Amino acid sequence: MRKIVISSLCALSLGVASFNPAIAAKLSGTECLAPAGAGGGWDFTCRVPAAQMMQKLNLIDGSMKVVNMSGSGGGKAFSHVVTTRNTDEKLIVAASAATATRLAQKVYGDYEADDVRWVGALGMDYGVIVVAKDSAYKTLDDLVNQFKSNPRRAAIVGGSSVGGWDHIKALLIAKEAGIKNLRSINYIPFDNGGKAMLEVISGRAAAFTGDSSEVIGQLKAGKVRVLAVLSDKRIPALGDAKTAKEQGYDVVGGNWRAFYAPAGISDASYNNWVSAVKSVAMSPEWSDLREKNGLAEFTSFGSDFDGFVRNQIANVAAISKELGVTK
Amino acid sequence: MLLHGFSVALSGLNVFLVFIGVFLGTIIGMLPGIGPINAIAILFPIVLQFELTPASALIFFAGIFYGSQYGNSISSILLNVPGTSSAAVTCIDGNPLAKQGRAGSALAMSAVASFSGGVLSIFLLVLFAPLLSKLAIDFGPAEYFVLMVCAFTALTSFSHGSFIKAVFSAILGLAIATVGIDELSFGGMRRFTFGVEELGDGIDFIVVVIGVFAISEVFLFLSDMSSGAVQKVAPLKSVLLSLKELKDSVAGILRSCVTGFLVGVLPGAGATIASFLAYNTEKKMAGDKGNFGKGDLRGVAAPESANNSSAVGSFIPLLVLGVPGSETTAVMLAALITLGVTPGPTMLTDQPDMFWGVAASMFIGNMVLIVLNLPLVKLLAKILLVPRWILMPLIAILSIVGVYVLNGSEFDLLLMLIFGVIGFIMRKTDFPLAPLILGLVLGGLIEVNFRRALTYSYGEFSTFYDSPITIGLWLITLFSLVAPFAIRKLKNRSQ
Repeated sequence: MRKIVISSLCALSLGVASFNPAIAAKLSGTECLAPAGAGGGWDFTCRVPAAQMMQKLNLIDGSMKVVNMSGSGGGKAFSHVVTTRNTDEKLIVAASAATATRLAQKVYGDYEADDVRWVGALGMDYGVIVVAKDSAYKTLDDLVNQFKSNPRRAAIVGGSSVGGWDHIKALLIAKEAGIKNLRSINYIPFDNGGKAMLEVISGRAAAFTGDSSEVIGQLKAGKVRVLAVLSDKRIPALGDAKTAKEQGYDVVGGNWRAFYAPAGISDASYNNWVSAVKSVAMSPEWSDLREKNGLAEFTSFGSDFDGFVRNQIANVAAISKELGVTK
Repeated sequence: MLLHGFSVALSGLNVFLVFIGVFLGTIIGMLPGIGPINAIAILFPIVLQFELTPASALIFFAGIFYGSQYGNSISSILLNVPGTSSAAVTCIDGNPLAKQGRAGSALAMSAVASFSGGVLSIFLLVLFAPLLSKLAIDFGPAEYFVLMVCAFTALTSFSHGSFIKAVFSAILGLAIATVGIDELSFGGMRRFTFGVEELGDGIDFIVVVIGVFAISEVFLFLSDMSSGAVQKVAPLKSVLLSLKELKDSVAGILRSCVTGFLVGVLPGAGATIASFLAYNTEKKMAGDKGNFGKGDLRGVAAPESANNSSAVGSFIPLLVLGVPGSETTAVMLAALITLGVTPGPTMLTDQPDMFWGVAASMFIGNMVLIVLNLPLVKLLAKILLVPRWILMPLIAILSIVGVYVLNGSEFDLLLMLIFGVIGFIMRKTDFPLAPLILGLVLGGLIEVNFRRALTYSYGEFSTFYDSPITIGLWLITLFSLVAPFAIRKLKNRSQ
């Protein structure tokens, strides 16, 4: 099946090489750029679904090199790709909702979504709103009412900076609830989701906004309760936690795991990467690894994914403007 | 259960991993600029390559962790080049000792103190882990803020001569810490970045540490050479440690171990605060009788014991709560997540091998550390016999490589040079370097926690003195400031 996909794509785009499609399609000396240090989401995206899976499924020739380039929340890697690797056909870069958030907020300077090509996504860490096990807030409504009546009494904590993706998720709910002054929501950032969660468990903070993979451990240990999952359907790993939608708040949001490629590569190479990511996303091996890492199923490729990213950037840009994060 | 742990730790593969981890860690740690975090990041792909189980991976990481911490002390003592901010404290007395020909003693003391601190704190880990994990939860932003204030009292210990100079040096450190994007403000305000894109992430403390310590050392050598006043290193003395020296430092090692362990348990406080607090305590305890700052073995023992036990302590939030207690354990946890471990308190039950296996492996690792390193002490000390005109260019090269490996940034190299010049001027004019490191490390933490605490309390300052923990910490702070004077007064009166 995989070979058929690849070869038919090749036949479409690379007529000349079609006499030996399988070989022509496979890239050698490939590289995945993780815009952060070893360990962590972007590094995982490069090491597991890209390097490990693509080699295992024989989608690339030989092994894939993983390079870590941390700096400016992914901005260093983004500008590196645009300025010096723009035509590198063998390069893909790990990306996530944080990438889109920062593009929307102009954290990467003047760079835009157009400056790269969006390849595809293969997993989603859905957002959650969590409270301590014995918290007085039983439903999302309880928390939202508190936000409306006395937001300063209800500090909400998360692992991203002010205006970061965790903050934005909480604000999307506030906005949906009709809260006008989004800056009244008392968000306090911590170094990572784990530390922020301790603030909720200790009772210092009212609620936690983060990703589902961050809370599964604490949930299993009975330390926290999930008020809402920001997904279309309930997530098995979170037990009987209700979605925000079920509770009347139409907010869906998560941290997707994806790749982009340089803008200057040929359509053939781009399609090659798209089909490679697709093959990984559809493989049973990946769905196993994905679940182990607390990621829900989410796939989007090629031009669909490009549209998805643009849509998210527009949404985040709008809410950031309201918040005063960006002008 | 610890027996079960030993059965895990003593499996052939795990013993091998501990050994390799400690060995590689020591070597990597000796290189300037490369501390445990980088060592783990560099060696992480090995874990994936060999598809290690999470328990084995963590055992490997732990070995790298204390191996590289010990390795760091070697370069701190011999070359005055610390690889981490916590090892900067070891330099204060370790390097003068080396220059007096007592490098062997300092290295041996460092090995003994690291070993004792490490092993004792493993007992504390096994006995008190669940209890202490509650401390990690109870420690909120207000408590952290007061702890940092308490750590700042250590400043009084680092002013040989002028207290004003120590304060100035600390303020410079605090100022450097403010550079970069302010994550707590709307829109991420850029502070003191002067339009330079690279300064957005702030200035990495390793760049500063290498600059002010290592590069300034090279500059000092150059200036000595041009004035023809190259100082001779005293000939190596053969005696490693006398029984009396060991006896004198036992109490300090024990105290520092407990301090280091408790500070290590707190997520985010870390080895640097532990080292500074331990050094401060020991210097104050010694009073006028100590030779602290000019080469006192106890000044090596205290930070070495403290930073090793804080390393062990930082595993408690990781293993019991599933929350990283330091940057190093954060990298470890991220790596474990990649291996499919669900972070959180269920790690203890999901991965029963992990807690006891790691605890037992720490015993073995510390053994390996001392067995591997004590015999090497004499050999390592001989590095000082290498002529300085060979050693100095080597330090320069290693520093450049170490800093470049950090972020792959040429800009960091430029910063390193600038800080080298600053360090050179400070040393020539007798400004102490340690307070700068203290200010730099605490600056970010103290500010962020101050603002978090006030956001919680909506501007109410009482949050800083309304819990038993904060009150206790204020009392310790006060005691640490007043006690030395009070003791001196009492002594004078009795004479």
